Amino acid sequence: MKIFKYALLAIPFLYFSCSDDDDAPEPINEEEVITTMTVTLVNHQNGSDVVTMQTQDLDGDGPNEPVITVSGPLAAGTSYAGSIVWLNEMEDPAENITEEILEEDDEHQVFFSATGVGMEFVYMDFDGDGNPLGTQFVLAPLGTGSGSVTITLIHEPTKPNDGLDTAGGSIDIQTSFAVTVE
Amino acid sequence: MNFIIKILSFLLIIPLYINDAYAQDCEYKLSIQVIDFQDGLPLSNATVEINELGVMGTTDFDGNVIFENLCKDTFLLTVSHEDCVSSTQSIDIKKDTFSKIRLEPHLTELEEIMVISNNRNNSRTLFENKISKEVLEDYNSRTLGEVLKTVTGVSSLNSGSYLSKPVINGLHSSRVILINNGVRLEDQEWGIEHAPSLDINSIDKISIIKGASALKYAGDAVGGVIIAESSREKLLDTIYGNATTNLQSNGRGGGISTNFTKTNSNGWYYRLQGTLKRMGDFETPNYVMTNTGFSEHNLSLKAGLNRIDYGFDIYYSLFSNRLGILRSSHAHTAIDIINAIENDIPHIIEDFSYDINIPRQKISHNLLKLRGFKNFDFGKLSMRYDFQSNDRKEYDIRRGDRTRPALDLNLQTHSIAFDLESKFDNNSNLKAGISARYQKNFPDPATGVKRIIPDYKKYDFSLYSVYDTSFSKNWFLEAGIRYDFSHIDAYKYYRTSLWEARNYNELFPQFVVEDLGLNTLTNPKFDFHNISSNLGIKYSINNSENIFFNYSMSSRKPNPSELFSEGLHHSSARIEIGDLSFNSEIGHNFSLTYDSSNEKSSLIVNTFANVVDNFIYMIPVDLMPTVAGVFPYWEYKQEDAKLFGFDLKYDRQYFTNFFVGHQFSIIKGYERANNKPLINMPPVNFKNQISYSFPQINNLNLSLESEYVFKQNEYPNNNFEVFIPTEDTYATLDTSTPPGAYHLFNFASSIGFKAENGGNYKVNLRIENLLNKLYKNYLNRLRYFTHEMGRNILISVSYNY
Repeated sequence: MKIFKYALLAIPFLYFSCSDDDDAPEPINEEEVITTMTVTLVNHQNGSDVVTMQTQDLDGDGPNEPVITVSGPLAAGTSYAGSIVWLNEMEDPAENITEEILEEDDEHQVFFSATGVGMEFVYMDFDGDGNPLGTQFVLAPLGTGSGSVTITLIHEPTKPNDGLDTAGGSIDIQTSFAVTVE
Repeated sequence: MNFIIKILSFLLIIPLYINDAYAQDCEYKLSIQVIDFQDGLPLSNATVEINELGVMGTTDFDGNVIFENLCKDTFLLTVSHEDCVSSTQSIDIKKDTFSKIRLEPHLTELEEIMVISNNRNNSRTLFENKISKEVLEDYNSRTLGEVLKTVTGVSSLNSGSYLSKPVINGLHSSRVILINNGVRLEDQEWGIEHAPSLDINSIDKISIIKGASALKYAGDAVGGVIIAESSREKLLDTIYGNATTNLQSNGRGGGISTNFTKTNSNGWYYRLQGTLKRMGDFETPNYVMTNTGFSEHNLSLKAGLNRIDYGFDIYYSLFSNRLGILRSSHAHTAIDIINAIENDIPHIIEDFSYDINIPRQKISHNLLKLRGFKNFDFGKLSMRYDFQSNDRKEYDIRRGDRTRPALDLNLQTHSIAFDLESKFDNNSNLKAGISARYQKNFPDPATGVKRIIPDYKKYDFSLYSVYDTSFSKNWFLEAGIRYDFSHIDAYKYYRTSLWEARNYNELFPQFVVEDLGLNTLTNPKFDFHNISSNLGIKYSINNSENIFFNYSMSSRKPNPSELFSEGLHHSSARIEIGDLSFNSEIGHNFSLTYDSSNEKSSLIVNTFANVVDNFIYMIPVDLMPTVAGVFPYWEYKQEDAKLFGFDLKYDRQYFTNFFVGHQFSIIKGYERANNKPLINMPPVNFKNQISYSFPQINNLNLSLESEYVFKQNEYPNNNFEVFIPTEDTYATLDTSTPPGAYHLFNFASSIGFKAENGGNYKVNLRIENLLNKLYKNYLNRLRYFTHEMGRNILISVSYNY
């Protein structure tokens, strides 16, 4: 019976463990989420013609869908200086994810494509190896009409590559914006 | 004064006279019953001698002997029996006396009893599939999931080459309970990419009970129970052990494992065991599966005292591994998976390497058990306390220089249990017990990633009782019932948008602690009361044929993933949503088994039907856009389901040394309401084996195995059309269609040598996937990204002493 006496000594163990404090766990700082992508396009011929395209999904993977807005039509016969900013607005204040992507420029690349209306895209920034990155670019509408512009940020693509189809990697961000060229 | 002294003397002396007067009568009767220490049964033909008087008697059939006309005295009795160690003890006779004397069987006898108790089934009416020590030795470089697949009707659900978890009759994860040396393994088993934290080298025997709960351990085993045990220590002054080394070509690695046991005839023993394994990248016939290597180190210690009527032991085990996950299985969105399926081979293939890079899992599991037992007249009472700490870290490819894990869970479990096993004269047994458990899950917030499983505390309390009896020589009956109570107290941050979208704000307003805007802190609390039961009948047709029928009802409360999942599950690139309003899942399993074995052949036929109410499973509901792209949106649902199937195993010896073996198994599972097939049901498989042994050449054994796995033709269609914005088209996300049938050949051989010092060596050579076939496996979660392993040559040398 001695054994049992010793074994029973284990019981306080159990109670000790049970008597943890009942405090709620601390909230998690969700660091890697991208809630917002803002593409700013400035007309090379008219600095006051600025078109902003934005997708914003403040609940991340929650059930609310992203809100996609395009501020106005693009003008034909000119080109636009484009720049992209990514934010994590779940953090307060919002965290600028662009900085991280610039730091790891060799592990990222932005891909551009358009359907329905002709567009030309030219990379204006490059990583340390001279391969395109795409946070800065030039967009030139090739005709008029309406269609969409898709912007895709790939994490860990093969660099250099011949385009999105062969780049591999995985998609961090992909959004299509409905655009009109007048 | 004198008068007083006289009176006092008189008062003092009188009792002496009286006493003396009685003693002079010499009319006392001494009844002795001699019983067996081990089983408490009476020993007949034992001799009992009263040394002082030289009187001797022999016990009758009931172990009784009576001596009469004894005087008041103290006598020395010598009790002896041909099967037992003689015992001498003194006995006081003051009146008619009855005394029970227990005799310990001789050591050799004891050994046999130990062996019998080792082979004792967990139930007399449930058919148990056993995996012997020999098979475990042959598979010692593998995982538990791989070893269990040698049993008909058991398959494994894999995530890559090494990570595999057992599937019994089509069910897995929380529906399969694993008992390691009497302790229920608590290791985040809900996750289908979580393998059981158990080193097969620490185990000497595995029993698999399909489709039924072993009520002593659990009531929620809707799929079945796996009982892993190390063998009981011998009661001899001896040292024994084993050392095994193995090497394999695929993965270019191997392992070493050793165990050492020291036992004493006085019952004290200790045992040490350790395993190291290291593998690099595995390879398909055509390419290297980059980042699939692993390293594992395990340790177990056991010490204790084993006596026939009491004993105790302390057991500690550590299981720890680092496991690479196929580099290319990292998919972010539906389109990534479409691309992977289209490519057919992984998009990242590097040269062979031993590196275990990200993504990877790092697991450590500690188990400490204290156990004691004592035999009483009413039965064997045992008490157990165990503590488990499971630490799981999952590292994902992350942006920035984040090397922290993306998932970091610590699960601590304390449990305490009291069990009673009683034998009755009419060849029946009663087992009963009571247990309590406390569990705490802690997801570390330092990950910077939303918690998949919340902080929770769980309190369990259980009672069970199982009674078995035999009506006659041929009929056995077992009936059992178990009650489980669980209280879950969780803290979880829900996305406020989800909390409202699922109407939880109206259903569970009492859970809300604080609305923080984006998130809502909640404190969900649940109580579950579950009843499970079991009724089994075994009919022994004759010495070699048995029929088993079993009905078992198991009740499983929803696991934390089913209750609380909420959001993007990165490793499966889908959004998974649990449900707070789930009830317990109730399984009604009927099984009928016929078993026949003689010297030449053995046949096992097993059929089962499992009717599961409130079966919890996931279905894809929709596609969900996020900033990151489009994700399939999967929800846990609760629907009634049914599973049925049939397993057959037949082995036959044809000539003296020629053996042929066949195994066949088929399982079907459907939703009851609409007959929609269940996902991940193992396809039909058919295994055949021929082997020839040469006893004259050191027991050389050669065998060829063929394994044909059919294409799973019944599966739910969970495909989606996904819009590809860059191409302005739709593509099918086909995660449902199973891969084709495949046929594999394996070669196995073994040879044994006696060493001069009395030990023996065994050398095994095994070649798996002999023809180096390129194939995919429906039950591999990573089948969208990769094929299975190519040819693998394994050599192992083991030395037993």
